[in-house]
Amino acid sequence: MGIHVAPADVWIDPARPVETALVTHGHADHARGGHGRTVATPETLAIMQLRYGVEADSAVRAAPVTYGETLELRGGVRATFVPAGHVLGSAQILLEHAGERVVITGDYKRRADPTCPPFEVTPCDVFITEATFGLPVFRHPPIADEMAKLLSARENDQGRCVLVGAYALGKAQRVIAELRAAGYSETIWLHGAMERMCRLYEDHGVDLGDLKAVAGVPKAALVNSIVICPPSALNDRWSRRLPDPVTAMASGWMRVRQRARQRNVELPLIISDHADWDELTHTIAQVNPAETWITHGREEALLRWCELTQRKARALALVGYEDEDD
Amino acid sequence: MERFAALLDALVLTPSRNAKLALLAEYLREMPDPDRGWALAALTDGLDFPAVKASLIRSLMAERVDPVLWTLSRDYVGDTAETASLLWPEPIGERLPPPSVAEVVETLHASTRSTAPGILTDLMDRLDVNGRYALLKLATGAMRIGISARLAKVAFAQAFEVSVEDVEEYWHGQAPPYLPLFDWAANGAAPPRTDLLPLFRPFMLAHPLEAESLDLSEFAAEWKWDGIRVQIVHVAGETRVYSRSGDDISGTFPEVTAALTTPCVLDGELLVRGAHQGGETGGAASFNALQQRLGRKSVSKAMLSDYPAFVRLYDLLIEDGEDLREWAWEQRRARLEALVPKLDQNRFDISQVIEARSFDELAEIRARARDEAIEGVMLKRRDSPYVAGRRTGLWYKWKRDPLLIDCVLMYAQRGSGKRSSFYSDYTFGCWNGDPDEGAELLPVGKAYFGFTDEELKWLDRYVRQHTVAKFGPVRETDKSLVFEVAFDSVHASKRHKSGVAMRFPRISRIRNDKPAHEADRLETLRNLIAD
Repeated sequence: MGIHVAPADVWIDPARPVETALVTHGHADHARGGHGRTVATPETLAIMQLRYGVEADSAVRAAPVTYGETLELRGGVRATFVPAGHVLGSAQILLEHAGERVVITGDYKRRADPTCPPFEVTPCDVFITEATFGLPVFRHPPIADEMAKLLSARENDQGRCVLVGAYALGKAQRVIAELRAAGYSETIWLHGAMERMCRLYEDHGVDLGDLKAVAGVPKAALVNSIVICPPSALNDRWSRRLPDPVTAMASGWMRVRQRARQRNVELPLIISDHADWDELTHTIAQVNPAETWITHGREEALLRWCELTQRKARALALVGYEDEDD
Repeated sequence: MERFAALLDALVLTPSRNAKLALLAEYLREMPDPDRGWALAALTDGLDFPAVKASLIRSLMAERVDPVLWTLSRDYVGDTAETASLLWPEPIGERLPPPSVAEVVETLHASTRSTAPGILTDLMDRLDVNGRYALLKLATGAMRIGISARLAKVAFAQAFEVSVEDVEEYWHGQAPPYLPLFDWAANGAAPPRTDLLPLFRPFMLAHPLEAESLDLSEFAAEWKWDGIRVQIVHVAGETRVYSRSGDDISGTFPEVTAALTTPCVLDGELLVRGAHQGGETGGAASFNALQQRLGRKSVSKAMLSDYPAFVRLYDLLIEDGEDLREWAWEQRRARLEALVPKLDQNRFDISQVIEARSFDELAEIRARARDEAIEGVMLKRRDSPYVAGRRTGLWYKWKRDPLLIDCVLMYAQRGSGKRSSFYSDYTFGCWNGDPDEGAELLPVGKAYFGFTDEELKWLDRYVRQHTVAKFGPVRETDKSLVFEVAFDSVHASKRHKSGVAMRFPRISRIRNDKPAHEADRLETLRNLIAD
C-alpha cells in the first residue's frame, strides 16, 4: 500500500510500517506511525507526533523538510515538498530522477484557506492526482456562502445552538478561521477531541480566536452558540448535553441531499478540503503533464474527462484512502 | 421560485413534524397568491404537466453532458432531477431574474411536446442549483418529501389561525391554486360552497374513556367495530367513499360505491363478511380478512366474492341536502334508522345500540362480547351534535382491554429525528419451548412506543450496556430484559418465523423484576390467535 519509489526504495504515504516513508499530510489514511524514518514537513510531523507520538525531535526517526527544500535520496532521486493547500503542513511531493519529473499531489484543493499556504502548480511529466470529488456533480460553492448559512442558522433558531460536524484535523480549524474572517468573534465551543489539534494550529501561527471546551458547561450558556465536533459525535449521546442543536456538517459530500439525509444533517455546509470537479480538471489542464495517474476517489469520471480531452491517463486504484467525512 | 426552493430543501432536511409545519405555515402566510397555492399543490402531488416527463430531462442533459459522465453522476446521486440540477451548465453572461412559481406553472401548463424543451431550458437558465432542483421536482411531479395532504392542511390552518376541520371541509372540491380557500382563510371572505359536490366532511372522533362510569340516561352505547372508518357520500348522481384521512377509496371498494344511490352523507365502519367467531352468521370477519382488500388499486372478481365489503352505519350527516350535523345524536339516529331499510341490504346495515340498564351491566356485556370484529364500545352523548374532530365530553371510546404477554428484548435499533441517538425500536421474542431445556427465543414483534422519555433513557443505557453484537444501526442484546407487551390481537402469519403477527404491539411495562426464562412461550401467543 502507498506508492513505492523503487530507485530510492522509499514509500509515499504507506499504510504499513516501512524503512523510509515520505508523508504528504497528517490525515490518518495517509500518515501512519511506526516507520523507521518519516520524512514530512515540520507541521505534518508535529501533527503525527500529536496523534502517534512520532519523535519529531529525533533526527533518526523524523526528518523535517520545509516547503521548497530538496532532499537527495538514494539512487539519484531528488524529492521536493511543495504546498498542496489541503491542511496545515500538507505537501505535494516532486520526485526527479534521470531527467524525469513526477508530482504526487496527496490530497489538495485550489481554494484559498487561511490555515495553510496555497497549492503550487508544478510542471511535471507524470502527475499523480487524487480524485475524491471526481464527479462533475461536485462543485463546491464559495465558502463565504456557506459561512453565511451557518451564521444565519445561529441567529434564527432561538433557544438552540448549531452543532457543526467537521474533521478534527483541518476542516475544524478552517471553519473556525473562516468564521473569524466573516467577523464572528464570540466564543466557539469545542468537543474534547478538537482541543489539542486547535492548539497545535495556534502554535503554528493560525489565529482561531476564543475557543473553549464544551465539557461541563451548562446548556443555557450554549444557546445561540456554535459548537464544533467530529462528525462521529453528531448523532452520538454526547450531543444530548447541548441545547436542541441544529445539526450541521461541513463536508463536500453535503452537495448531495441524500448524503445529508443519511447523516440526519439539517444544515448541510458544502465545505471541502479536496479539489472539486472544476479544480481537478483545471489543475490537470494547468500542469499539463504527459501522463496523469489517478490514485483514489471516483477515478472513472476523471479518466473519462482525460479521454475526452485527449490526455493520457490511468487509474492506480489505490484502496484505503477513501474520505467519508471530508 | 427561490423561496419555494429554500422551502423544499428545508422540508427535505427537517425531520420533526412540528418544524415542517412551522416552515410550511410561514411560507403560506408570507407568499402572495397564486404562488402559495401552486406551491401547496406541488407539495401535495396536485400538479401534472403532460408535456414534461423524466425523459425530457434526460434528453436535455444528453445535449449538454457526456453520456458516460451523466451515467456515473446519476448513479452516484441516485436522483435524476438532482443530478440534472447539479450538472446544468451555468448560462454565459448575467442570469435573467428567476421566475415565480406561478410563472413556472403557467408556462409549463401551456407547453406542448414540441415547445416543452425550449421552455424548460429557459427556466433552468434563470435559476441557481437549488432553484433548478425545485423546478425539476415540481415539473415532473415527483416530490416524495413526506408532506402528506393532512400535514399540508394542518400547516394551512396554523398559518391563518383557522380550524383544521374547516380547512378539511372547504379544501375538497377546490382546484389549485385554491384562491377562494386563501381568500377565506387569509382575508376573511365567505367560505367556498361545498353542498353540491361529493365532498368529504371531517369525521367526528372520540376520546378514550377515562371516567369510572357514565350516566346511561345521558349517553348511548353502541359497538365499536374493528374495520376502517369510512364516509360514503352521494350527491348529484356521484358516490364517493372516503377513508378517515379523507382519501378517496371508492375504487378500492367498488361494490360499496355502486350500492349507494340515495343522496346523503353516511358515517360507518367498512367491514368484510367472512368466517368469524361468535356473533351472527355471515357477519363481520376479523380485521385480518379486511386487510386483504386494503391498499389495492384494482380489485379482482375473486377478491370481491371472497371478501365482500359492507358498511355498518353509525351516523347520518346530511340527507337529501339537509345538513343534520347540528342536530342531537338521538334525532340523527332516528333519521338513520328510518333511512337504513331503504338502502341496499347487502351493503349497508346499522350498528346496534347496546341496551343496558346500568353502566355495570354495560361493562358486563362488553366483557362477554366474543365477536372478533368488535373493538370495544362507543359512548355517545345523546344530545351531541356531529362536530369535526375530537370534542371533549361528547363521544368516548371504550376499547376492550388489551392482551398482554411477557417477551424478551432481543434487538434494538436507533430511532430517527429526535431519537436518532437513542436505541428506541425494540424487537422482542418468546420462547419456542422450555428455556431450561434449550428452547430458543423467536422474534414475535417490534414496538417503538409505550414508554416514557425517562424509560427511553434508561432503555437506551441498558441496550448499550448489554450489547453482544452490532449490525449497522441495530444492536443485539444479551436477552436479559423482559417487557410486558400490550397488543390488540394476534394473527397467524406465514411471513414471520414465529408464525404469528401482533396488531398494535406497544411496551406496557418494563419487567425488571422478571428473569428472562420466565417470559412467555410462543404457544401462549398462538392460543390467542383470533382467526
